Amino acid sequence: MLEARNVGFRYRKDSPWVLRGVSLQVEAGERVALAGPSGYGKSTLAKILAGYERPVQGEVFWDGEVLDRKGYCPIQLIGQHPEKAVNPRWKMEKILRECWEPGEELLEKMGIQPSWMTRWPIELSGGELQRFCIARVLGPKTKFLVCDEISTMLDVIAQAQIWQVLLDETRKRGMGMLVITHNMALAKRVCTRVVELSNINQL
Amino acid sequence: MSKETCVSRNRKKEGGGSGSRKERIGGFWNWKERMGGFWNRKERMGGFWNQRRKTLFWIRFAAIYLLVVLVDGLLMSPENYGVDYSAKFIAPCFAHPFGTDYMGRDMFFRSIKGLSNSIVIGLLASAVSSLIALAFGVAAAVKGGLIDQFVSWCVDLCMGIPHLMLLILISFMMGKGGTGVTAAVALTHWPELTRLVRAEAIQIRSAQYVQASYRMGKTWYEAAWQHMIPQVLPVYLIGVVLLFPHVIMHEAAITFLGFGFSPETPAIGVILSESMNHIATGKWWMAVFPGLLLLLAVMLFDVAGENLKRLLNPNSGNE
Repeated sequence: MLEARNVGFRYRKDSPWVLRGVSLQVEAGERVALAGPSGYGKSTLAKILAGYERPVQGEVFWDGEVLDRKGYCPIQLIGQHPEKAVNPRWKMEKILRECWEPGEELLEKMGIQPSWMTRWPIELSGGELQRFCIARVLGPKTKFLVCDEISTMLDVIAQAQIWQVLLDETRKRGMGMLVITHNMALAKRVCTRVVELSNINQL
Repeated sequence: MSKETCVSRNRKKEGGGSGSRKERIGGFWNWKERMGGFWNRKERMGGFWNQRRKTLFWIRFAAIYLLVVLVDGLLMSPENYGVDYSAKFIAPCFAHPFGTDYMGRDMFFRSIKGLSNSIVIGLLASAVSSLIALAFGVAAAVKGGLIDQFVSWCVDLCMGIPHLMLLILISFMMGKGGTGVTAAVALTHWPELTRLVRAEAIQIRSAQYVQASYRMGKTWYEAAWQHMIPQVLPVYLIGVVLLFPHVIMHEAAITFLGFGFSPETPAIGVILSESMNHIATGKWWMAVFPGLLLLLAVMLFDVAGENLKRLLNPNSGNE
């Protein structure tokens, strides 16, 4: 279970608060959509939950304990800019295998072609890179996924394909999921409940 | 036009990628085809000399030149550049291609031996200096905080003292000679490169893929080794290339001032400073040929570094 308790955050000491008193609970196996207009701090909250940023106030708890910032983080973030999330000097094969060995079956389901493995990241499109970013964090140690606008750069057929894989995996392993999206149709289709950030953010 | 020419020209239009290597070299030696495209540089070069081959050629050429000079100098018998007062100040001729100096020593062998000595010191010193710079720069950027402050303080300290003064002090302390010079130049050339590496690594530190790597359970050491250092490598390589001539010049400078090699040791610095005494009396060969040899070595090192950089960069690596 992922829990944010009274999380407050600002980027610098002299800058205004982005989040204040945010509390959120997501059970294992639950899929929560986080909605809200641009610039309201959805991505900031995603970064805090996945351990990229340390909350200024409050704490993030995973299974009742404070989130450990060392070692493999059970909560993995998939971002909205895959081209920034891969090392431009690594071949795709190395990027994919950074923390685990994805099986052939998964790669086929994700639509990753074997010929892409020997290419550099600049030789693939954003949508193709995003499949790698998703596949590399689906390892056995990942217990929760934070998806920050992950399918915006994909065409509709690819979106359906990717979400099908993600839903299959999370259902099979009882993983929880936090989905940030502006697409309400997608949120209704994928998630079990919708949370408005402005309702839980006590600014 | 023969049938074979037509075939190979068609193959070229397909991109030259198909067909075995032997067949493509066959196209390169076919003069008819080459002359046919004589006025079109791209077509003329396209058969064999693509960008990658040219790059590899220059790297190999530079490496071979430096290696030959180095090995030749190391294995050379001292008799080759021995003193012979009956053969003073001979202008370049068949027996002495670079002429002889005021003690009748053959300048060709002396230059080769000297350049070899300089290359050894240059390589050693730039290797040591650049490794210090790499370790300091990356550690400062990755760990931040106190370590960063300590590294910056060391850099400021070293840059605050006049370079030549530091060289003389270290060389004198280590007992002059080869050891003194090597230690002095090796230990004083890292501050500028450290700054460059640190600035570069700080930019990468906050990149999303490095952060993601930490979240995937990598330690700072693994992240530095796998993500930072390959990224810093282009800057580092240029730094090493620029260090190399710098180091040789400084070696020559402290030798010239009397804190380095003894005058009888063949070193390019010694040779050049000696030749200054005789250049006014028309003994041009004593400065020109050793100078050219040094220039060639430094330029080839530069070309090799540039090409290596191009090969290592994914944006140009597949050209």
